[in-house]
Amino acid sequence: MSGGVDSSVVAGMLRARGENVVGLTMQLWNQRRLPELVPEGGSTGRCCSLDDVYDARHVAQILDIPYYVVNFEDRFEAQVVKPFVDEYLAGRTPIPCTLCNNFIKFDQFLDMAAGVGADRIATGHYAQITWNADTGRWEMRRSADRTKDQTYFLFGLRQEQLARTMFPLGAMEKTAVRELARELGIPTAAKPDSQEICFVPNGDYAAFIDAYFKEQGIATSETQGELVTADGRVVGGHSGVHHFTVGQRRGLGVAAGEPLYVISTEPASKRVVIGRNEALLRATMTVTDVNWISVASPAEPIRAEVKIRNKHQAAPATITPTADPSRVEIFFDEPQRAVTPGQGAVFYSGELVLGGGWIV
Amino acid sequence: MSPEVLEAMLPIMTEVFGNPSSIHHYGQAARAKLDDARRHVAAMLHCSDSEIVFTSGGTESDNLAILGIGGHVITTTIEHPAVLASAGQLSVTEVPVDRTGIVDPDAIRAAIRPDTKLISVMHVNNELGTIQPCEEIGRIAREAGVAFHSDGIQAAGKVPVDVRAMHADIYAISGHKIYAPKGTGALFIRKGVHLRPQMHGGTHESRLRAGTQNVAGAVALGAAAQWINQHAAAEWPVLAQLRDRLEQGILTRVADTHVNAQGSPRTPNVTNIRFDGIDSEALLIALDLRGFAVSAGSACSSGKQDPSPVLIAIGLTREQAKSSIRFSLGRSNDSAQVDALIDAVAESVAHLRKLAPAYA
Repeated sequence: MSGGVDSSVVAGMLRARGENVVGLTMQLWNQRRLPELVPEGGSTGRCCSLDDVYDARHVAQILDIPYYVVNFEDRFEAQVVKPFVDEYLAGRTPIPCTLCNNFIKFDQFLDMAAGVGADRIATGHYAQITWNADTGRWEMRRSADRTKDQTYFLFGLRQEQLARTMFPLGAMEKTAVRELARELGIPTAAKPDSQEICFVPNGDYAAFIDAYFKEQGIATSETQGELVTADGRVVGGHSGVHHFTVGQRRGLGVAAGEPLYVISTEPASKRVVIGRNEALLRATMTVTDVNWISVASPAEPIRAEVKIRNKHQAAPATITPTADPSRVEIFFDEPQRAVTPGQGAVFYSGELVLGGGWIV
Repeated sequence: MSPEVLEAMLPIMTEVFGNPSSIHHYGQAARAKLDDARRHVAAMLHCSDSEIVFTSGGTESDNLAILGIGGHVITTTIEHPAVLASAGQLSVTEVPVDRTGIVDPDAIRAAIRPDTKLISVMHVNNELGTIQPCEEIGRIAREAGVAFHSDGIQAAGKVPVDVRAMHADIYAISGHKIYAPKGTGALFIRKGVHLRPQMHGGTHESRLRAGTQNVAGAVALGAAAQWINQHAAAEWPVLAQLRDRLEQGILTRVADTHVNAQGSPRTPNVTNIRFDGIDSEALLIALDLRGFAVSAGSACSSGKQDPSPVLIAIGLTREQAKSSIRFSLGRSNDSAQVDALIDAVAESVAHLRKLAPAYA
């Protein structure tokens, strides 16, 4: 229970159904760290703030269910925050939500739930899980409310995790969820939806990385370097590779007659390569650490729609297995803009989530 | 709260409502009740009633004792945060404690400096139940001309307390540890010891604690002290038997368990047990869901990420500290409850260990 409306409604729905429900809130990040990120006038952090725990506890009291806060700060920092920072420094653009799902929510949290005697966990994710008796697999589908669909962040879930997980909101529209929250008497019914990266206030991830460096005693000057064009011409300097992501236009500080974008970042030389929009188009990519969900690992090339970032419209492609079963090559029918290393690539067949992996 | 405490305090809220500082007969009636209570508390600590100041609880008592003396303070690494955080406002030496959970008086003596004004050593540790050699430490302080404060919050009602025998100059107690309500406490201040008040206002409590007294709370504390003066000594062997039954039951039924600070002198009500390979947070929740309230670390520190500083201070590793649980027994417990608790612990630990393949 995050204190938000979704997980509160999940708890209320299951309680109303007569299930034996225990509420757990994960304490993942200490909001008192990195105080320079909190603007004057108070915190904007939505993750793990005292207010959120207060809200979650209040909901649990209203629903009359046992409730506990479990502390996973150590694991969250090691498995989510540090890799998030390291990925940026390595010239990639990470997705901490997926790391959190893979290593915290559907791993340590699932273990904790099992440890205290729970058979399954239920979360407020917008996705649908169903059992296919013919294939003997748990399948995942996009949520009924397509604007809220979170399957892009859930591609790492394995069969044994899906078997113990419920997403009761997957078949519901968000408006219906808020309506149900009001009916259930949940006080957070009108609470705004949470931001994308819970531990980064205001979405300013570069400021977060700078502040984290400072706390850890790492000099930020080590990440500064040059802005160069594809043919190696130096056109300016930059304050750190972690300020840039593939396809980014803003903040380059370079005057040119045409719009320029980040084409790639090269952490070894600390160079950021910029160029024209056309240079961002790519028709092929390699995806690693692939996890297959609704289908078994294919032996032959298969057709699918592939999504390369959360806001991307999944594009038709052919997925070709390689000698390494955890790696596939993706051939898009049409070149895609800003294929970004470090982001997820999720494979769909219509509503069905086939699987996914990480863009190399 | 015990029934006799409730019975004593209820009329204060309805009939004896006067302000004890008022001259009129309502005030005098309240003053009489307050004075009675002070005598009972003084009898519990073996001091004179004029040496007792009522406070809002243990934390306030410890703050008044330490900040009221000031100067260089010698304390230990196993104190409650109320002591450590107060001493932290001053110049402080924290004397380490070994695996026995018992402070070495010679180490206290060695830490005395010319500017040392106060030695503050708890009488009984809150997490381990270990009884500290306060008589010897008090003698050392007296010889050195340094004031001696003891945090007796976990001692009152659990062991004999004689502030004269231990040469205490100041001694703190809390109501809710002796079956009086939360928000009540007292401080013994030996006649002739001068404290700087920490609350400013009227002349209440011998000018040491401004603010109209919580008469009902003080009367409750007095009633709790009166019960202890008459009955506690008879209760101790019963509690010790229950505690031994619990320890033996768990050590016999559950493999790889250890009693922290086992061989040391301890109060009869507490045992702190370490379960190898177990996350104490999961065990605590599992036991709570089965109706048994136990704790991991002091309740005042819950929600914190770090393992119990007390367990770290006595030389446990981080992992060992995070696999330890404190069991506290009280007046209402019996052997049938203890046996049911042993069953619940054995089953919960077996379940948790089965889920953790890393546990060999």
